[in-house]
Amino acid sequence: MEYIISILLSGISVGGQYALIAIGYTMVYGILRLINFAHGDVFMVAGLMGIYLSASMPLYVAIPMVIVLTAILAFFIERAAYKPLRSAPRMSVMISAIGVSYLLQNMATYITGAQPMTYPTIPGLSDTVQIAGTPTKWAVLLTPVLVAVLVVALTVLINKTKVGMAMRAVSKDFETAQLMGIKINTVISVTFVIGSVLAAVGSILYFTNYSAVTPTIGALPGLKAFVAAVFGGIGSIPGAVIGAFIIGICETVIKGLPSAWDVSVFSDAFTFALLVIVLVFKPTGLFGEKATDKV
Amino acid sequence: MLKIDGLKVNYGGIEAVKGISIDVPERQIVTLIGANGAGKSTTLRAIAGLVKPAAGRIHLQGEDITGLSPDHIVSRGITLVPEGRRVFPDLTVLENLKIGAYLRNDSLEDDLKWVYDLFPRLKERSWQAAGTLSGGEQQMLAVGRALMSRPKIMMMDEPSLGLAPLVVKGIFDIIKEINKQGVTILLIEQNANMALRVADTAYVLETGRLTMTGTGDELLHNEAVKKAYLG
Repeated sequence: MEYIISILLSGISVGGQYALIAIGYTMVYGILRLINFAHGDVFMVAGLMGIYLSASMPLYVAIPMVIVLTAILAFFIERAAYKPLRSAPRMSVMISAIGVSYLLQNMATYITGAQPMTYPTIPGLSDTVQIAGTPTKWAVLLTPVLVAVLVVALTVLINKTKVGMAMRAVSKDFETAQLMGIKINTVISVTFVIGSVLAAVGSILYFTNYSAVTPTIGALPGLKAFVAAVFGGIGSIPGAVIGAFIIGICETVIKGLPSAWDVSVFSDAFTFALLVIVLVFKPTGLFGEKATDKV
Repeated sequence: MLKIDGLKVNYGGIEAVKGISIDVPERQIVTLIGANGAGKSTTLRAIAGLVKPAAGRIHLQGEDITGLSPDHIVSRGITLVPEGRRVFPDLTVLENLKIGAYLRNDSLEDDLKWVYDLFPRLKERSWQAAGTLSGGEQQMLAVGRALMSRPKIMMMDEPSLGLAPLVVKGIFDIIKEINKQGVTILLIEQNANMALRVADTAYVLETGRLTMTGTGDELLHNEAVKKAYLG
């Protein structure tokens, strides 16, 4: 029983971390129809910034700084690598995203000397607490709560505010949105900033659990969050969040199955098998748009 | 009010508009008729700032607005009702109207009332997603949305496209009414008959060049126009 609770808790927590990354994928896709391959690496850079900044300043300054600097990084990536390609074929933008992904990884290798870096212990988050007799980190408990709060805030932003209305308009029709006086580049920047802020929060929670940051560590969580976004229906925020929780929980459950069965090594394969199944039976995902892609 | 001088616009590698000059006097309805591909839409898109002109100047009330971005054009009082209506299908009718006033920060009450008075149907459906409206209602919404920016000039690209004749008549009645209330109209149409009937001034555009101009009435009774556009 305690074992099951601990697995479920950690599944929810992993799911929440994927959700924070997945929202960035799905929002950028919703607006630009771009799979932002650099997103997982922005997440990794946020992890590194957490390490370097906390070494030179107190945590209560370092953590907000990580979030702000990640947002600034995403803003400049969009301006430098994607904006000049606004009217280019989508494939070109995607290749540019792959390029940014490798640039970030290589820079991280250069700066860290390819050594795994240890993430700082954040008092509070890393402390353990007993839940039904199971020792659990606070970060594990905090993650789903934080995800819920951020998703509600984001939903309000998108549905109730002027900039949210502009985001919905731009995601449907660039040109008509421009005719309304909407500056689409500003709206796109806002989207990247929101996505990267969530990824930065996700990195703090994730690395509090996994503690070592390597230059390629963003790849796998990034890819899984991307699968979660596709699973939920890319472009849909609730879809991405639900997809992320399903993947996080399934993956943790598979890892936690009795070792005699010897299936835990397949937990990553499961995620991608799920992607294949979704693409075969419901290509638009759980909550995806039914309409065909815009041309 | 709006003066276009020697406008040239390239579109997709070809010169779609080859040096045209148009005058849109205040409070008039001016129409630009011509066949498909004559360069009508490209002209409006250049005025709206969606494409940059290759040559020529555009002046609004004496101010040079050539090559400004669309948001600056809208804030100076020129709005475009795009071809095919292009309402935002997932946004409600009310949200579509509010987004038309995106650049304004003052109260929208009076303008919403104005639009709802012009189109009572939109008021009934204000909470409905715009994608669920009929073609005629979407056209009303596209016009209402454009009016929410409080334009001096409203440009309209083929408002009759794909609508039933009775609905088209309703739309043109509204165009006249809006014009009477002080909004200058620049209208392009393939439905030359309707357009010439409401127009104070009309231009005929053929493969990027102006070939004729006159009052709406003159062109309506011109033999060449009759033959080419009125069937």
